[in-house]
Amino acid sequence: MMSQYRDWSPVARRDLNFALLTLALLAAVVFRYPTFAAPGNLAGVLDDTAILIMLALGQMLVILVRGVDLSVAANLALCGMLAALFNRSFPDAGILPVLVLTLLAGGLLGALNGVLVWKLRLPPIVVTLGTMSVYRGVIYLLSHGSWVNDNEMSRDFLAFTRARFLGLSTLAWLALACAALFIVALRRMPAARNLYAAGGNPEAAACSGIDAGRMQFLAFTVCGAIAGLCGYLWVARFAVAYTDIALGFELQVIAACLIGGVAIAGGAGSALGVVLGCLFLGIVRSSLPLVGISAFWQMFINGVVILSAVLLSARPQGSRRATLESPR
Amino acid sequence: MPPLLTLTGLHKSFGGVRALAGVDLELHRGSITALLGENGAGKSTLVKILSGVHQPDTGGIQLDGTATHIASPTAARNLGIGVVHQECLVFEHLTVAENLFVNAYPRRRGMVDWAALRSRAQTVLDDLGADFHAQTAVASLSIAQRHVVQIARALVNESRVLILDEPTASLSQRECAELFRIARKLRDAGCALLFITHRFEEIFELADRYAVFRDGMSVGTGALAGTQRDELIRLMVGRPVEQMFPKQDVQPGETLLRVENLGRDAEFEDIGFTLRRGEILGIYGLVGAGRSELAQVLFGAEHADRGRITCSGDIALVPEDRQGQGSILPFSIAANIALPNLATLAPRGWLSARRERELAQQWIDALAIRAAGPSQPVGNLSGGNQQKVVLAKWLARKPAVLILDEPTKGIDVGAKAAVHQVMGELAAAGHGVILISSELPEIIAMSDRVLVMRRGRLRAEFTRAAATGEALLRAASDA
Repeated sequence: MMSQYRDWSPVARRDLNFALLTLALLAAVVFRYPTFAAPGNLAGVLDDTAILIMLALGQMLVILVRGVDLSVAANLALCGMLAALFNRSFPDAGILPVLVLTLLAGGLLGALNGVLVWKLRLPPIVVTLGTMSVYRGVIYLLSHGSWVNDNEMSRDFLAFTRARFLGLSTLAWLALACAALFIVALRRMPAARNLYAAGGNPEAAACSGIDAGRMQFLAFTVCGAIAGLCGYLWVARFAVAYTDIALGFELQVIAACLIGGVAIAGGAGSALGVVLGCLFLGIVRSSLPLVGISAFWQMFINGVVILSAVLLSARPQGSRRATLESPR
Repeated sequence: MPPLLTLTGLHKSFGGVRALAGVDLELHRGSITALLGENGAGKSTLVKILSGVHQPDTGGIQLDGTATHIASPTAARNLGIGVVHQECLVFEHLTVAENLFVNAYPRRRGMVDWAALRSRAQTVLDDLGADFHAQTAVASLSIAQRHVVQIARALVNESRVLILDEPTASLSQRECAELFRIARKLRDAGCALLFITHRFEEIFELADRYAVFRDGMSVGTGALAGTQRDELIRLMVGRPVEQMFPKQDVQPGETLLRVENLGRDAEFEDIGFTLRRGEILGIYGLVGAGRSELAQVLFGAEHADRGRITCSGDIALVPEDRQGQGSILPFSIAANIALPNLATLAPRGWLSARRERELAQQWIDALAIRAAGPSQPVGNLSGGNQQKVVLAKWLARKPAVLILDEPTKGIDVGAKAAVHQVMGELAAAGHGVILISSELPEIIAMSDRVLVMRRGRLRAEFTRAAATGEALLRAASDA
């Protein structure tokens, strides 16, 4: 076992170590508070983390190609509002049109980011900082600043996320399916392999006939479509839609990616690592009330975890460099 | 048998700068052609055209007797043209196997077939006799092994034409031997190889044909058997020394700068020389000889690992990369010139915009910088005028020693003359000047003395009278 372990790629080794760390955290919490291990409670943790997992997987694609999408939470809120308004106008349309609508709308919003980055060669952080505000503004225009409450939502619309199968909610199943899809696709789909190549060394990718800009476009589009779908899930779960839902949530999503081992410089990271990063954050968040620490410490703890993760993902000596160090 | 690849009359310009001005080349099956030329002769541009990154403006490419057009890197790969890039373009995060098949993964039902990927990659590596495994992460390979990865990638694509762009520049003797073994193996298998290098002994060891470029043109080709090294050197230099450099005769004064046993790991070693007042000291060498690295250490941008530098006064550096290191492009001319002179401009800690502008205007007039005014951003100026701004910012300090690293590279004739005039005046005023240049006529015409560097060491010193183009080139290229 150990000799094989040494042959593992650094990413796989990191994933294993991180999985052990997450299990250790879980064990520590359960040891102190056995009720945490109750099946219902663990399923609840997964429910609470499901949307984060899906968003982080989408975000990961963008970070892999040296970008970052700050507009995911705004995209989510806009698509959530669209879903709520659609449901209010056509309460009997069923759930399928809502799913299709949010996926398409989110994909379009993501593709807009992608086009700006690809064709106009604008820096992703600037583009998505802009669209983040624009998308929030559009919600206000659509809703005129008013809320859509649960009494205006159809029963199907609300019930979809709550339906349970084998003890897990639809939300949890969706997140698990998404995770499985990403783990397989990122490993086995040729386009996904090109994503790693384009992010790892754009110049070499160009010389191999890979269009790095097109890869960025694809990443933004998929990330946007996932955010759109999560918009409906969020609104249905919390049974309310308004301008400010998920405000600032993009930072948690990005944090989950970094904790999960995605290199902010692009080209490296695994879907499994991202899922683990989300679960780690989820366990921390749901055990805080048990331990008696105010949820306001969540931010602080997130920050400590990110910094520790960056320190621990030991890069070889010499490749560590400060942002302002002049390139040579 | 007709040649496998024939190039006729290739021309290529980049925004008014002529890189290729009529290149003809033939590559034959089962033959290794060495491509020679000074820095800037057009070798890299040719490589970029053959690998599909650039398109020629005019001229024809024939592969196997049919006219072809290399529209993109993918097209080059499909035509069977493989390139081992000088700067080693590999994917560090990926494994060797993935690097070999990037963008051409073996598939099964639309998905990457990892088993086939691994076994096919291992087969290619075994054929080459590589000393690493297909599953290794490229990040853990040496530079030499990364070159082998690039060669293996070319083989995976069934390349018939293989271009090796200065692959040996950073390899040890043993690694070179390994690379040559692989190159010969490919030659015997019927590939046509193009081998670019600056080292003459390698040319005679490996290649059987040669082609020489000068100033973007082909100036000679033929079989290497029976060809003398001197003949090749003459072809490479082959131009009359232009009579446009106004060199003033200055009697050298006391010693200004003394460098003893200076060394920096993996860059240069055992460097010792002196520079006197009123002297222009030329440092000649090929790209990668360690000249710019030496300049960075003398200036203090990098530290030396060994040795001593003694200087009675300050040292300024006009770096080779004027856009990246010499200036801040979005800043105005005034702000750029002010940067090394802030202490003078702000004696009480406050910068006076008026004095900044006055200083800039003074130098705009003195060096005839063509600009709308001191507030114009440097990024909007032509290359020659940008270089004048970089000169001005250091001249304003009146440094005891001024180091100029490739100061006239890529700038127009007028600006070039101005740079040379400034150098002459500075020396005449009792300052010391170090001129680093790859351009032989410039070095010969401007220098009182010339040092030649090769692979990080000083190899020769020439007086002004003894510094001929052929002597310098021979000393610089392992003759």
